[in-house]
Order: sequence, then C-alpha cells, then structure tokens
Amino acid sequence: MTVPEITMEEVYSRPKVLKDVDFHFCPGCQHGTTHKLVAEAIDESKIQDRTIGVAGVGCCVFLYNYLDIDVLEAPHGRACAEATGIKRVHPDKIVFTYQGDGDLAAIGMAETVHTANRGENVTVIFVNNTLYGMTGGQMAPTTLLGQKTTTSPYGRNFKGDGYPIRMSEMLATLEGSAFVARVACNTPANVIKAKKVIKKAFKMQIENMGFSFVEILSACPTNWKIDPVAASRKVSEEMIPYFPLGIFKERTTADYL
Amino acid sequence: MNRKMMKGNIAIAEGAIHAGCRHYFGYPITPQNDIPEYLSAELPKIGGVFVQAESEIASINMILGASAAGARSMTSSSGPGVSLMQEGISYLAGSEVPAVIVDVSRTGPGLGGIAPTQGDYKQVTSGGGHGDYYTITLAPSSVQEMFELVQTAFDLADKYRNPAILLTDAILGQMKEPVVIGPRPEPTVQEKPWALTGNKGRSSNVVKSLFLGDGEMEIQNWKLAEKYERLRAEDTMYEEMWMDDAEFIIVSFGSCSRMVQSAIRLAREDGLKVGLIRPITIYPFPEKIIKKRTDSINKVLVVEMNTGQMVKDVKISVSRNADVFLYARPGGALPTPLEILEQIKKYY
Repeated sequence: MTVPEITMEEVYSRPKVLKDVDFHFCPGCQHGTTHKLVAEAIDESKIQDRTIGVAGVGCCVFLYNYLDIDVLEAPHGRACAEATGIKRVHPDKIVFTYQGDGDLAAIGMAETVHTANRGENVTVIFVNNTLYGMTGGQMAPTTLLGQKTTTSPYGRNFKGDGYPIRMSEMLATLEGSAFVARVACNTPANVIKAKKVIKKAFKMQIENMGFSFVEILSACPTNWKIDPVAASRKVSEEMIPYFPLGIFKERTTADYL
Repeated sequence: MNRKMMKGNIAIAEGAIHAGCRHYFGYPITPQNDIPEYLSAELPKIGGVFVQAESEIASINMILGASAAGARSMTSSSGPGVSLMQEGISYLAGSEVPAVIVDVSRTGPGLGGIAPTQGDYKQVTSGGGHGDYYTITLAPSSVQEMFELVQTAFDLADKYRNPAILLTDAILGQMKEPVVIGPRPEPTVQEKPWALTGNKGRSSNVVKSLFLGDGEMEIQNWKLAEKYERLRAEDTMYEEMWMDDAEFIIVSFGSCSRMVQSAIRLAREDGLKVGLIRPITIYPFPEKIIKKRTDSINKVLVVEMNTGQMVKDVKISVSRNADVFLYARPGGALPTPLEILEQIKKYY
C-alpha cells in the first residue's frame, strides 16, 4: 500500500503588520480582534510602508506596541486633528486613527465632527464599548440607558446624564463623510463582516473618496463585570438593538479636495 | 534686498514662508488675524496648506500631526487661544516635536481686552501646560525682528525638537515699519529621521509622550532638562544698548523696550548714564549677562507692561548687591517715555 503524499497549504497566518507580542488587553476584550482586523486590512491592501496610525488615549494607546507601522500618540480626544495634520503633509500616505468612545464621542467630539465635515481623507476606527475602559469603567456618552458604571452607579438616567450618542448615524448626516458603518466583533459571522467593512474603509481612503468611519461595537467584560461569553451576548442583546449594525453612508464618487 | 513697509503680523507670516513653513493651522482671534488671512491667500499659491481649524485646541493638535509628519508648521493666536493650546504644547514638548506658535498677546485674564500687554510672559516662559518642560521663547521688538525671529524660531525648534513661541503684542502686530527683505528662498529640507512618513525601508517610527515603564519618565524628564541647559548655553539671545558707560540698567523686552529707548535718550540728554539690556530670548532668560553687568552696576530698573512678571527672572539673575526696581503698567496701559524718565530719576 502506498501512502498518498500529503500537501500542506497555508490557509491562515498572522498578519505581517501584527507584531508577535502578547496583548495587554483583559480576557474577553475585543480590542485584540479589532487590532488583528486592522492589521489584516493593512496587509491585504499592501499599504504597510505608507500607513501612519494615530493612537487615541485609553486602552487603544498602545497601538504602536502591536502594529508594525509609524504611529503618533494623540492627546485625549484629538486624534482626528493629528490625522488631519499628518494627511495634509502626506496626502499620499494612508492615515487612520484608532479611538475609543470616551476619547472620540466625549472630549473629542468637536475634532471628530469637524474632521468628517471637512471631508478629510482619513479613516477612523472607533471602538465603542459603552464606557471609559482604561480609567476603570466610568460612564461615556455611549453608555446605554440604565447601564451601571462607576460614575452612574444607579444606572444611566437620561435626566441628567443624557442619551447614548449614535455617532455613526450622526456623522452620516454630514456632507463631508464618505463612508460610515457600524460593525461588531462578538460572533464569528460579525467578525468576518467587520473585516470586510474595515478593509472597505481603507479602500475608500486609498481611492481618495474622503472621510471613512467604522464604529466597532466591542465587549468590555472587565468593566461590565461579567464573563467574556456573557459580554459577547450582551453586545447582541443590548448594544445592537440600540446601535444597529450596517452601512449608513457610502459615497461612490470622490469628493475630496 | 528691498526695504518694504510691512505690518508686524504680515512680517511674521512672510517670515514663516521664508523659513520654509508651508503648513499653517489656526483659528481667528484679535489682534493676530492678519496672519491667517495673509497665509490663507499666500500658502495655496506656493503649494502650501492653510487650514482654519474649529478651535485653537484643534489647531495645535493639527500642528502636532503635521510636525510629527516632518513638516515645518505654525499656528498663531492670542492669549485666550494660547491658553487653550497649552495641552497640545505640552504634548509637543513631551513627544519632542518641533513647532512654532505665535502669541500676539492681548490683555487678560479672561476675555480681557485687545490692547497691548506683556501679561503672557509668565505663561510662555514657564512652560504653560502640565509637566516638566519649557518652550523656546523669542520676543521681538520691531517689525524687522518679527520677520527674522520667526525664522530663528523654526531653526531652534528643529535644532532642539521642541516647540518655540514668538511672543509679541498688539502694538508690534498692528504697527508698520520698514523691513529689509529678500525674495522668498526655496524651502530647504530638514533631515528628520524620527518623523512619521511610513516605514518604507526602515523600522517603524513612534512619536509619543507616554512613558509608563519603571523609571522611564524620570529618564525622559532629565533628557529634556539637559536639552534646556544646552539651549541656555548655546542660544540665549539679548541686545545691549548704551551699556559701555552705563551706571544704571533698564531691563525691558518687546514693544516696551522701544519706549524705554526713547526714555533713555531723554535721560542721556540730562547726563544720566542709563543702559538697556533687552532679552530677545525670554526663555532661556539671559541671566548670565545680567549677573555680569550687575557685578559692577548696582541699580536695575525693570519696565514691563504687566504687574511685574519678568522682574522675578531679573531678581534671580542679578548680582547679590544690586537693587532691582520695577515700573509696571498692566491692562493695556502704555508707559510714556516721560513717565519712564521720571522712574529713572526716582531710582538713579
């Protein structure tokens, strides 16, 4: 009896852009998945050597520890302003920010809205986990009504705390934005969709279409004080009903400067 | 070289273009609006970029981005806007990114007024934002110097990888004087191997100010401190006038020193041997020359348009036996030469 020759085909490997180091993220945190998706998008678009990242403040600040690209660390909330400065100097480079919801939707709201409105040809990766993760789980503009955080111990009440802001829907109303979408990373199917959308956002920039924005609903088991499986379920059961997934804006012709 | 009548603010804007600055980010505020207005018209003609930001906070952060990307970039504002920029200036210093910030100061605190003042001295010479850092700070006293020192500011910012501030005021910004000016030179390329340009052919560059490792931040703070010492040793600038036979020194900077010069001419007509030391860099402060001169001259009058800010630096600098007097005029009040003469006679 002859043994058939076994041929091996590589069907999956670590993205080249993702450094071979351990993440500092908590168990069940979806920043790791999101980092990997961004790394894959950069790899597959073949733009590693002309991509410049801007790291927001919070759990995402260590972007440069994980992605092998040039990175600028921005002050809290200002990443879109930094991205504007970089892109205006290097219009031929691919510039993206990676920001959390406290960073982008609270302290950085003005920079975010105006960068979108100017139609800056940059990409924003916006990780929404409904609270300030690194500082210990305080209420954010995206915290759900009734959600308990360390600064909304009785649950977020619209009287006094206001309503959770839907950033994607808001930015989609601006003429300047070219591509706005919301995805999630809580199930394999959602991860696959998220990857396509992130890659699409970079493609929009490569094709000079203007401002692209991807909101990624993300679990924070540590600060939600539940286990990772329950946290992923919570994304489906509580976040997605309020923050629906989908593409809110997709321009088909370039409108960049 | 031509002589051209120029407004101070325009001289700054044109000086920036001569320095190779092609990226300006700013937000309107009186009395510096001529700078963004001029650059919004001129930069697009020469392949440059003008962005009117949504706030001074956004402006300074665009500067952080543009400068980290390797460009010579500039913003300008006045006191209230410069206050908003302090966070970004601290980040520029912390992540060792060069940039030029122009402060055409107005009175304060608060909304204050739009009259000339030197009330921002304390802020711009003491770092201004959070943490252990300083900005290179230049104080021109004429329109010619506004044109020249903004170029020096770019050179020093690049040399030390540190933000540089040009402190002027509503008088200097709005007045016209002849300026000796040549044609715009082609911008030269500064080697910035640390800049963010994409990692093609090299390892990735990171520009950051976060140092969480055990002892890392102390090392970084001492590194910055050594840089400021080198700045002090190599690039402290000042001007001395009438000092050869002086028996009495006035220390004054910026627009105020112009009024002091008129006062000294009057004093000299009366036989009073008064000299002037004019700090051009107010950080680093020219402490050595003040120490040296006050070893033999023991009376110093500080004249400044605030309630007395630079006088503290003078007191620290003088020789032990020197007496330091202050003539201070805050809130937009301009000391006349006769008023300054009166002060000279009072203390001479």
